[in-house]
Amino acid sequence: MTDTAVDRALVGRAKAGELAAFEELVNCYEARVYTLARRIVGQEQDAEDVTQQTFLSVLEHLDGFREEASFHTWLMRIATHAALKVIRKRRGLPTVSLEEMTEPQDGQEIVPHPEFIADWRQSPEELAQRREIQGLLDKSLAQLDEKHRLVFLLRDVEGMTVHETAAALGLSEANVKVRLLRARLQLRELLTREFGDPARRLVPPAHSH
Amino acid sequence: MKCEELLLMLNEYVDGTVDPAICDEFQKHLAGCNPCQVVVDNIRKTITLYKDGTPYDVPVEFREHLHSLLRQRWKESRGSSPQS
Repeated sequence: MTDTAVDRALVGRAKAGELAAFEELVNCYEARVYTLARRIVGQEQDAEDVTQQTFLSVLEHLDGFREEASFHTWLMRIATHAALKVIRKRRGLPTVSLEEMTEPQDGQEIVPHPEFIADWRQSPEELAQRREIQGLLDKSLAQLDEKHRLVFLLRDVEGMTVHETAAALGLSEANVKVRLLRARLQLRELLTREFGDPARRLVPPAHSH
Repeated sequence: MKCEELLLMLNEYVDGTVDPAICDEFQKHLAGCNPCQVVVDNIRKTITLYKDGTPYDVPVEFREHLHSLLRQRWKESRGSSPQS
């Protein structure tokens, strides 16, 4: 995971003009930026463009980085904005600011009720060893609505706080929480259908509607 | 607490930010409800799987191009300091 103290030291040295420190930061984070980009934009070429754009932007704005947030949070914000810019361009939308793209309150969203309920046959540690897992994880992510996927990527995968996630996406914290819940439940459903032991499947609790 | 109510508070419970009084209610419910127990466990495992998952490998050619470009841009913007 991220080591804030190490990052802070590297950022300090980079700001002071040390290229090697800047390169070290790039080395540390390029795979994660690329992975986030890929999961948002969905394909390799665009993900490369986003990654490049992100680090160029970091280079350009490093002097102005006030370090109120961690370097990791700042970096992921830049990467997210770059990725969303690509998506908007693809759809022929004007590249307006994120705030103007904010949807109204999600409070009315229906929370999906779990249907396939079963203990998983393997632990996440064991599963992570299997090479085909990454494809399956990404396939499941791709099935989510973009607005749910984005929140999950920043909050749960990148470990940003609800507050940081809200700031990065121009949402209220309430919206983040609703979308996060939906994302988690949907992914749980998809992955449990894959990994759950059908022999130990449980009947879901009865619910209204 | 009913299953439906629990579902709405899942985030807070899993993230450990739930009010202690509600946490109590939650745990009482879980003690007697196997499906909800399993759902909570499933969610924790889902998050772990993604959080601890391996990132993609950055394509080699692109990586080289990226580093070369960044070095070049760095020198352009910082390398040319005025000689005293």
